[in-house]
Amino acid sequence: MIKGTIKVDTDRCKGCNLCAVACPKKIITLSETVNRMGYHYAQQSDNDACTGCAACGIMCPDGCITVFRERL
Amino acid sequence: METVYKKPRLLNDVTMHYCPGCGHSLVHKLVAEVLEEMGVEERAVGICPVGCAVFAYRYVDIDWIEAAHGRAPACASAVKRLWPDHLVFTYQGDGDLACIGTGETIQALNRGENIAVIFINNAIYGMTGGQMAPTTLMGQKTSTCPYGRQADLHGFPLHITDIAATLEGTCYVTRQAVNNVANVARTKRAIRQAFQNSLDRKGASFVEVVSTCSAGWKMTPEQANQWMADNMLPYYPLGDLKVNGEKK
Repeated sequence: MIKGTIKVDTDRCKGCNLCAVACPKKIITLSETVNRMGYHYAQQSDNDACTGCAACGIMCPDGCITVFRERL
Repeated sequence: METVYKKPRLLNDVTMHYCPGCGHSLVHKLVAEVLEEMGVEERAVGICPVGCAVFAYRYVDIDWIEAAHGRAPACASAVKRLWPDHLVFTYQGDGDLACIGTGETIQALNRGENIAVIFINNAIYGMTGGQMAPTTLMGQKTSTCPYGRQADLHGFPLHITDIAATLEGTCYVTRQAVNNVANVARTKRAIRQAFQNSLDRKGASFVEVVSTCSAGWKMTPEQANQWMADNMLPYYPLGDLKVNGEKK
């Protein structure tokens, strides 16, 4: 089984939500709190469903998302 | 744990000044990725336009020159003639390339300069506040045509990419978009092809990227991508117009 996870550079994220739209599992949401620029940043809401497909990372205009994958 | 995707090394850590969800930042990232994969960052020269991408030199860690408004292809021609072994490309928006710099663009392409031209078409002047651009669609509302673009008053949208395909100096002309993962992959391939053509001195390459301006269109980034797919893509269909000097 392959498990993915993402790490968001929350300081640089502008909350455009394009990663959430691109995510096939729909497990990226915008945070309730804001970062230092005042944007609601992207975060992974489900730690188990991510497959590490990297669609979010590819669509992130600002290159804020790093995608990891591990074989369990 | 294996890293599947990360920000390209050549994309600097500074926060880009672009609005959230802007196509410019995504294309900057693709340019950085392609340059990194080709391993040519030491002999790549980019020419910045005037427009939203005016600060591109802050974001991609290669050599850049800031050209006067619309004059990027002329500037790139000079650099490429002086340094024939360098990869020289311009990065321009629709106002810069298709309006103020139409003459420079068409002449440089027609001379067959060995440069790559990346053209971001968002159908609006983004930086100055969303005025009508040559590529604005019929009926599209902007701050300078608040009732929508009308043919009798404003003329018709300029198909600069189709014009580029008719010029004998161009070897590769394509139109791509960055609204979903598949199109991003195609755009990246197109940019790589254009850069390779510049290095191989095959003639001018022209990559149009149909993009969005969520702030200028007054939409969310998600709505802007949808509006682009519904309205711009029928008018500016995606695909290669010319490959290896052969019109498609």
